[in-house]
Amino acid sequence: MAKIVGGIGSSHVPSIGKVIDMGEQDEPAWKPLFDAYVPVRGWLEDLKPDIAIVVYNDHGASMFFDRYPTFAIGAADSYAIGDEGWGRRPLPDLPGDAEFSWHLAESLVYDEFDMTICQELAVEHGFLVPMNLCFPHEPSWPVSVVPVAVNVIQHPLPTALRCWKLGQAIRRAVDSCPRDLKVVIFGTGGLSHQLNGTRFGHINPEFDNRFLDLLAEDPMQLTEMTHQHIMEEAGAEAVEIIMWLTMRGALSENPQQVFRNYYAPMTTGIGLLAFEE
Amino acid sequence: MAVQYDRSKPIPGTTVFDGAVSRKGYRINRFAMSFTQPENRAAFTADEEAYMEKWGLSDQERQFLRDRDYRGLIDECGGNIYMIMKLGVCTGDGLYHIGAQLRGESFEEFMATRGAAGAR
Repeated sequence: MAKIVGGIGSSHVPSIGKVIDMGEQDEPAWKPLFDAYVPVRGWLEDLKPDIAIVVYNDHGASMFFDRYPTFAIGAADSYAIGDEGWGRRPLPDLPGDAEFSWHLAESLVYDEFDMTICQELAVEHGFLVPMNLCFPHEPSWPVSVVPVAVNVIQHPLPTALRCWKLGQAIRRAVDSCPRDLKVVIFGTGGLSHQLNGTRFGHINPEFDNRFLDLLAEDPMQLTEMTHQHIMEEAGAEAVEIIMWLTMRGALSENPQQVFRNYYAPMTTGIGLLAFEE
Repeated sequence: MAVQYDRSKPIPGTTVFDGAVSRKGYRINRFAMSFTQPENRAAFTADEEAYMEKWGLSDQERQFLRDRDYRGLIDECGGNIYMIMKLGVCTGDGLYHIGAQLRGESFEEFMATRGAAGAR
């Protein structure tokens, strides 16, 4: 039977992708970030997951406001690298597992989650940055992927509680799959940041570290956060953190925390949290 | 049921991108989204006026873009930051340049407020 073997929460700041493409990971301002992911990559190499379910948001590459889905799931054989305005990054396409995606989709829809099912989907920085940080990609990616896109950019957004419940439903969906697959699930985005108005650049390390504490110790408390509360404390764009609740909701009650990091050099509280089941 | 977005409690210095803002900004955001295609980026670079005309931007939107006034496009015209950022590849103005403008600061003033400004 398929099983979730680990969960990772990771920010997906787009400038990280550029640093990787330019090979500038050792720049003094960036080194602390990249060093934190080295043991995570080693851990994933040992874990050898077959599938990575990546919960992320599309910032205008494959999705626009003409019809922006609340929840979408990729069900393609492969996913192209999207162009979100600054060209396609030099990465290979990601292999999908359409059979597994359709199994998840069917389970989720019958479990009363209204998923938009995407048979063609290009992925952008929200998806690619965490994948790039955690996995090698040459000559090809070592995992198949299932993108799960969440609307966190055009209100009304799904609630934190809804995102948590989606995670629980994803867990049920994985557990009911008869194939022997090892699955890791990513929750991406955040942490604190604001990219509009005079409060552009707002970050809140205290809020962020408390969020990381509670995600491990008492995630139910986080499911009660309103978008208003998150925006007031952590910035308008910090609502992305509800996607970390999807990751956490897919894990058991007390997984083992294996990695944690926090670094806030510019305009985002860059968080990292990893659990092993 | 908890109120997810409380319009009676505006958050200082913050725009929440809801339906009203999205409707207001639909044209400029659609225009900016077109920059995800390289042929459109090339068309804008080759002739900005013609490209803005093709998309039927309002006079105000065109003037803000001519002036590279991203604050205007976002605060006055309903532009979404993730869309407006896409214009930057052609105009040469990155996210932090836009952000400094939103804050009413110079680029240098803004960068001085950051923890490790090398991480840009």
